[in-house]
Amino acid sequence: MMRGQRNVFGWGRVVLLTVVALAAAVVPLPRGVDLFRPDLVALTVLWFCLLSPRLLGLTYGWCAGLALDGFKGVLLGQHALTLTVIAYVACKFRLQVRAFPPWQQSVVVLCLLWLNEFLLFWIDGVAGHPVTDWRRWLSVPVGAALWPLVSGIYARFASRR
Amino acid sequence: MASHDPDPRPLLLGGPALGLRLIVLAGMAAGLMVADHREHHLSAIRDGIASLAYPIQVAVQAPVQAWAAMRESFARKSRVEAENVKLAADNLVLRLKLMRFDALEQENRRLRAVRESSSRVVQRSLVAEIVRVDLDPFRQRVLVNKGTRDGVFRGQAAIDAAGIFGQVTRAGPFSAEIILISDPEHAIPVAVNRTGARTIALGTGRSGMLSLPYLPQNADVIVGDLLVSSGLGGVYPPGYPVGKVTQVTRDPGQPLLAIEAEPLAGLDRDPEILLVWFDNAVVEPEPEPEAQPGPAPPAAVEAKPAEPRPVEASPAGRSPEAAPETPPAAEPPP
Repeated sequence: MMRGQRNVFGWGRVVLLTVVALAAAVVPLPRGVDLFRPDLVALTVLWFCLLSPRLLGLTYGWCAGLALDGFKGVLLGQHALTLTVIAYVACKFRLQVRAFPPWQQSVVVLCLLWLNEFLLFWIDGVAGHPVTDWRRWLSVPVGAALWPLVSGIYARFASRR
Repeated sequence: MASHDPDPRPLLLGGPALGLRLIVLAGMAAGLMVADHREHHLSAIRDGIASLAYPIQVAVQAPVQAWAAMRESFARKSRVEAENVKLAADNLVLRLKLMRFDALEQENRRLRAVRESSSRVVQRSLVAEIVRVDLDPFRQRVLVNKGTRDGVFRGQAAIDAAGIFGQVTRAGPFSAEIILISDPEHAIPVAVNRTGARTIALGTGRSGMLSLPYLPQNADVIVGDLLVSSGLGGVYPPGYPVGKVTQVTRDPGQPLLAIEAEPLAGLDRDPEILLVWFDNAVVEPEPEPEAQPGPAPPAAVEAKPAEPRPVEASPAGRSPEAAPETPPAAEPPP
């Protein structure tokens, strides 16, 4: 699956980006600001799925999600499931999405992040500890608004030798 | 945007393969969730991930810690001196109290031994530092830097200088996750200190508030009442302060009172907490109360956790793992 990709985006960079995204998920922020924390891991998974799905796809989403579960100390497997699902949708529609201008990509990302959060919300409810606070949805538009910036930074990072 | 994907192979990914992978991976994730939620069989995997994550979590909080340390080092000398004077005065008062208390404790122990009742006083404690990472803004949980290697176990009570803080929900090798008493999934059995009425204090999700929804309309509770842990359930040592009643709403249309209380422990301010061991079992008579504390574990402040037997009270439906295997060394020191 992965031949010919190594020189495009080294594994070291993949690991580095993943670790940074995971760290961003738990970095301490002032009270109030932390409600707006974008889900950088989900954005990273989406970026890889949209732009180089042969290198990293569903399996990457699954692994990153499992790592995120471990980091945040939540039910093991819930982020793994949700990130796999949005990675699947992103891989499926990546050709259309890649042709979009950035703001339309942001809209697609908004939908996918919403789906991610909805699945998490659902799993929380099934597992018996629902978080019904409306502010849990705040991170979704923030993540979508950051998408052009994040994808631009990742593209620069990827193209650097 | 796609300039770095110069793969000459066909653009369309194999449909069936993609769908199959989704099903397999989603099934694996669902299996993990069920195993983790229902059976708690995944402690090995979780410990592995927690051990890998811990260095990163510590690195993440390093800037915050450095900032705090810098502020500390630039603190005004006069303020430090004033603090020092105050601490010295406090120390003197506490020492005086302790002298009396030691004698009383010994007496209490002997009397309880005669009656063969359990003492359930805190016998050993361990200072744990809170790792400043945000686990989830909607859940009241913190991570501390002590784990099973230090003898921390699941269901262990955590207190601070002012009152009860929470209990350990997950103990990894190097770190442990603590659920605060203000977490919406947490409930602690309490007693109103003035009247002895027992009830349950639930967390609300806000660090400054507990709610007591199970007292009847005719219960004798007033604003300012101190709530102490009742010790029922066996997770928390009895008699430790939990909170102060801040509001009592008597609505005649409702069968129960709506009572709010403020936790006394500094749930969102504490830099460190105490994990405690206390004895639930019957205390043996002690022939030589002046025995030296034996080779206690490194950070142990007091000696001998005889056989901590944490019985789970809350969060509901979880059973704690075995007690820490600390050697039954010496008597509790005077």
